[in-house]
Amino acid sequence: MSHYPLNPDLFSDDVAMEPIRAGFGRGLRAAGEANDRIVALCADLTESTQMHLFRDAFPKRFIEIGVAEQNLVTVASGLARAGKIPFTSSYAAFSPGRNWEQIRTTAALNNQPVKIIGSHAGVSVGPDGATHQMLEDITLMRVLPNMVVIAPGDSIEAEKATRAIAENGKPSYLRLAREKTPVLSVPESPFEIGKAYVLREGSDISLLGTGTMTYQLLKAAESLAEQGISAEVVHVPTIKPLDNQTILVSARKTGRVLTAEEAQVNGGFGGAVAELLSEQLPTPLKRVGMQDRFGESGTPNELLEYFGLTADGITKDVTEFIQNTSQYHQEY
Amino acid sequence: MLEAAGSGHSAGPLGLADIFAALYFNILNFDPRNPDWSERDVFFLSNGHTIPVQYAAMAEAGYFDKEELLTLRKFGSRLQGHPERERLPGLENTSGPLGSGLSQAAGYAYSLQYLDDSKHRFVYTVMGDGELNEGNIWEAAMFAGKYKLSQLVAFIDRNNIQIDGSTEDVMPLEDLRGKWEAFGWHVLEIDGHNIESVIDAASMARAITNRPSVIIAHTIPGKGVDFMEYDYKWHGVAPSADQAKQALLKLRTLDGKITHEGAGV
Repeated sequence: MSHYPLNPDLFSDDVAMEPIRAGFGRGLRAAGEANDRIVALCADLTESTQMHLFRDAFPKRFIEIGVAEQNLVTVASGLARAGKIPFTSSYAAFSPGRNWEQIRTTAALNNQPVKIIGSHAGVSVGPDGATHQMLEDITLMRVLPNMVVIAPGDSIEAEKATRAIAENGKPSYLRLAREKTPVLSVPESPFEIGKAYVLREGSDISLLGTGTMTYQLLKAAESLAEQGISAEVVHVPTIKPLDNQTILVSARKTGRVLTAEEAQVNGGFGGAVAELLSEQLPTPLKRVGMQDRFGESGTPNELLEYFGLTADGITKDVTEFIQNTSQYHQEY
Repeated sequence: MLEAAGSGHSAGPLGLADIFAALYFNILNFDPRNPDWSERDVFFLSNGHTIPVQYAAMAEAGYFDKEELLTLRKFGSRLQGHPERERLPGLENTSGPLGSGLSQAAGYAYSLQYLDDSKHRFVYTVMGDGELNEGNIWEAAMFAGKYKLSQLVAFIDRNNIQIDGSTEDVMPLEDLRGKWEAFGWHVLEIDGHNIESVIDAASMARAITNRPSVIIAHTIPGKGVDFMEYDYKWHGVAPSADQAKQALLKLRTLDGKITHEGAGV
């Protein structure tokens, strides 16, 4: 296991908090400094998606599209043909929510390096309610050939992921969240597209998290340890291409797997892991996330708690899962 | 091509033949031996189903051998049923689902005008009229109008048919000129079968330096083949062997007005 340094204050009450989208804003500005082919397009949500940092630094390379998400990605496709590296941003509910076919045809099949940045994903959008709480974006994006799909765990990782997709030459989706969430990594922590990272070793169960849920898993692992349960925590920021190797090694070691995401488990990250395990290493699996239903209005914390997307909820899930499921060891 | 393929769209490509002849043999600046030549004009096909006429023009222009045209829609062919950029050098985009080519052309034109300081290259696109039902087109129209993309020249194939019938029955487009003018475009209206008019209109469009231009080209779907002309039922079907023979005879002899050595074959 390669060493993955975590924020030393991770479990203190005054752990640093920052929205993941802030890391994107900084990352895009830095990417723009490094490469003048990078351009940014926004559908009337420039500050919300933190693209204003790029706009203010490079006004000539920023293009306001207005509330027109279909045009957002198709204009980007044309810019890519002209040799640019276009980043497009909106809320995930609208892009890729509204413009999926345009993404499929003009970015994915056309294989142009259009970057789709979906902000305000997940139920933690809160009071805006179900229309704006995008839960299907991972599913929609991961079925597209050529597409890279990343859900960073915190703002530091979002910055690194933004820099990485700026130079990967492929159509890519980056999932961002609105609310402040704990900063779990440090600037030295590794990030590479397609790599998963073991953050904590354990032997009774593998907890696989993507996006902000990894923090909840780390907290759950702490309280599980108090109950004598040894949980391994694996952070999986890249949902596609999935790091099959790291996931299979962990699943083989612990014999039980739980996935966690702030998205639909059907076809989402949980779906991706289910596909992998059932084909290559059938292992008892519990998928935590949205269970085929929409969100609703409420505060972010109320909603995360109600839908079982907190460390407490996951701790309960894990203890039940372990009680009801024997560890499954097999040789391949 | 279409007969050999056994499926595909007949009416649109025939109606566009004169426009594509003008594009590939007068209007567009390109080098078939160097499809990605950095000084080329760029052509985005928006209504991808009319691709047979573009493939035919590209073959005639020297991008590939004409024999390859008979592989249209066949397994392993570079000439996919709807165009795929990565399969065939010289294509600028992948299209088929309607409504997105104008945006792609606008994105490229934006790059030339604002990012590359490249004033001598132009971006052309061809849209169908039925395609104008798509909201994406009007998003692009607003965008190009706002940014005054003067290196963008769009053709509308105004043939008045779409799959379910006449455009004015399915979803009326008129006042079409007024709509584009309201979006900030310079509008030209021409006979799409008069090659000189097509060339003149493109030249006029290039001379307009403060707005994007749209050329509403009035065409006859199925042009040159009397049993296809004006009939919306020929939108999405290919001719049988007999029909293809008749059609080619009519086209090659100008409906019997001239003789052609291959006409009887």
